[in-house]
Amino acid sequence: MALKSAKRKKHIQNPWGGFFFVLPSILAMAIFVYGMIGWTLKFSFSNRTSAWKKDNSFAGLARYTELLDDPEFTHAFSNLLKFTIVFMIGTMISGLIMSLLLEKGIKGEGFFRSTYLYPMAISFIAMGTSWRWLMDSAEGPKATGLNLIFDKLGLSFLENPWYTSIKGSMFAMALPAIWQMSGYVMALFLAGFRGIPDDLREAARVDGASEYKIYRHILFPQLSPTFLTVLIILGHISMKVFDLIYGIASKGYVTKVLAIYMWQVIFDFQNYAKGAAIAVIILVMIAVVVIPYLIYVNKTEEAK
Amino acid sequence: MLKKSKLVVALAAVALVASTAPAAPAAGNLEIFTWWASGGEALGLAGMTTEFTNKNPDTTFVNASVAGAAGTNAKGVLVSRMEAGNPPDTFQAHAGAELSSYVKAGQLEDLTSLYKSEGWDKVFPADLIKTLTTKGKIYSVPVNIHRANVLWWNPAAAKKAGITKAPASLDAMIADLAKFKKVGIDGMALAGQGDWAIAHLFDYVLLASMGPDKFNGLWNGKTKWNGAEVKVAITKFAKILSYGNASKSLDWPDAGKLITTGKAGFFIMGDWASSQWQSEGLKLGKDYTWAPGPGTAGVYQWLSDSFTLPKGAPNRAAGIAWLKVCGSLAGQDAFNPKKGSIAVRKDSNPKLYDSYLQAAMKSWKVDRLVGSTVHGVNYGNAGMSAYDSAVGKFYAGDAKDSAGLVKGLVAAYKTNNA
Repeated sequence: MALKSAKRKKHIQNPWGGFFFVLPSILAMAIFVYGMIGWTLKFSFSNRTSAWKKDNSFAGLARYTELLDDPEFTHAFSNLLKFTIVFMIGTMISGLIMSLLLEKGIKGEGFFRSTYLYPMAISFIAMGTSWRWLMDSAEGPKATGLNLIFDKLGLSFLENPWYTSIKGSMFAMALPAIWQMSGYVMALFLAGFRGIPDDLREAARVDGASEYKIYRHILFPQLSPTFLTVLIILGHISMKVFDLIYGIASKGYVTKVLAIYMWQVIFDFQNYAKGAAIAVIILVMIAVVVIPYLIYVNKTEEAK
Repeated sequence: MLKKSKLVVALAAVALVASTAPAAPAAGNLEIFTWWASGGEALGLAGMTTEFTNKNPDTTFVNASVAGAAGTNAKGVLVSRMEAGNPPDTFQAHAGAELSSYVKAGQLEDLTSLYKSEGWDKVFPADLIKTLTTKGKIYSVPVNIHRANVLWWNPAAAKKAGITKAPASLDAMIADLAKFKKVGIDGMALAGQGDWAIAHLFDYVLLASMGPDKFNGLWNGKTKWNGAEVKVAITKFAKILSYGNASKSLDWPDAGKLITTGKAGFFIMGDWASSQWQSEGLKLGKDYTWAPGPGTAGVYQWLSDSFTLPKGAPNRAAGIAWLKVCGSLAGQDAFNPKKGSIAVRKDSNPKLYDSYLQAAMKSWKVDRLVGSTVHGVNYGNAGMSAYDSAVGKFYAGDAKDSAGLVKGLVAAYKTNNA
């Protein structure tokens, strides 16, 4: 231990060396992340509403108030909210259940772990295409995909139009996302469980606690940092969702979310200022979730 | 572990270099930007490329194609590059209003003199040149003509339903759809994926229901979007949708397959469907057949792929050389038979084309020409996107919200003229 800290001191003797090592990435971040955010922000407050009217003058909040009156925007926004709620709850629950099943170290755990994680390795577009086939909206005798399975199993009451109905579109769209991400959530929870010393469980058992009580009062409270991490990760993935939905439904109206609408406004409508305003709104939504988390993490790290 | 991560970094660096290399044009390169990447489109492009390299052996041909989605993906990349002042030497765009945003932004060169020197002002149809002209100037060279208002059907499936000849009017077609339904076949093949193919069908219904004069008035404000004619068309459109296949998520090739396999009766789609099916080994006249869209015989609803010369093109001379090939007889006859479209030039050789295309060539010379909205003739990118979205919303809502559709169409018109 002593030897190690002596070594560390030697390194610290030249603090500038370390700084120069990270300088390129600091510069890259400053330009390509924060610089671009600033640029987008500036655009969102401008009058640059078309490719040909090169009017970059300041417009205040005009683009943002326009968005509030834009039915496509409110449609995309409410779609995103529905998607986020269903996706987060669904992924948490299924990830947690899978981790509970594996947590005790059953036989062949490695196999199940990789099987559950596998969906994450598939590209969004490939996955989107196959889920588009699975979630085909035909019902009854012409059904294919999942509806055909329901039909054959005599569960025809479960057949539904999936993501093509205005009411249910985002609930159906959350399904592939849940399928893809719950393995990852399982891995996070599993790591959380493994981080809890076995002594605690044994002590609880010796004290006569039931299995349910052990989970409820001993294990789950210790998992709360993991819960928070999962929540943040899922939340920010959900808010910027684009490729999954584009892969399944292209830019179709029913499943339009903010990222898809932003893309459409920038590249089809070529309304750069309005597109930038949507981008800023997405950024703010993510920031509201992520920044408090970062502050919390920093504080707990410092406390350690 | 360290070794592994080094390898990953090295691979990433190589990938970066490889992916950025074509974007940096060296001297003597022609960089062309298209969304033709597969099937008959790619074959046709290859034919034209051969023609180009024979004539310009010193120029290296660089194809920066971005595949997919009727060019919507490619357009995204193109918009960014034009805005960044990094244009290709020439790019593909639908002829007509789709080019208007580039023209208004002053990003394209006027090609009128090229039309004179190459004699295109005489060999291209006058109606077409009129549509291509903006304020006395022409900004693109069309290489092909597609027809949008074509009815495709399967003779065997039609026979089952007791239909022996193509319907002659919109109402006759709706009556036939009911006959298909009676024998358990879906009347109309619908491709709901991404809204545009449904909007394509709607575009035809508008034309068939109100006729070419009123239809043309929709784009310049002479026909009102909230008027009675549009309402009648929407009612008929809803009726047609009610005979569609239940799956709302098909891509157009999947919907086309319903026709060729006898699972659906009629299909309104552009004539690229024919070349797609032939590439699958199907025979025109036996496995599938065609008729002009019912109620639109004598009207040619066209769309056209064209190439342009961006201002500040890195290799302007090569761009112009490419455009000359695009407009030449040899170039058009190399491209079109493979792409499944007809040549723009009136002096093209019919013997190189199949029976459908030969018939189309004849109609092209005598028919009344109207533009296709979904493929960039009548509206610019913004209006087109809003139009597709409005129709997609109507379709997703089970064709019930007619008032909402009218509202969306009015908004699309406003977006286009903003």
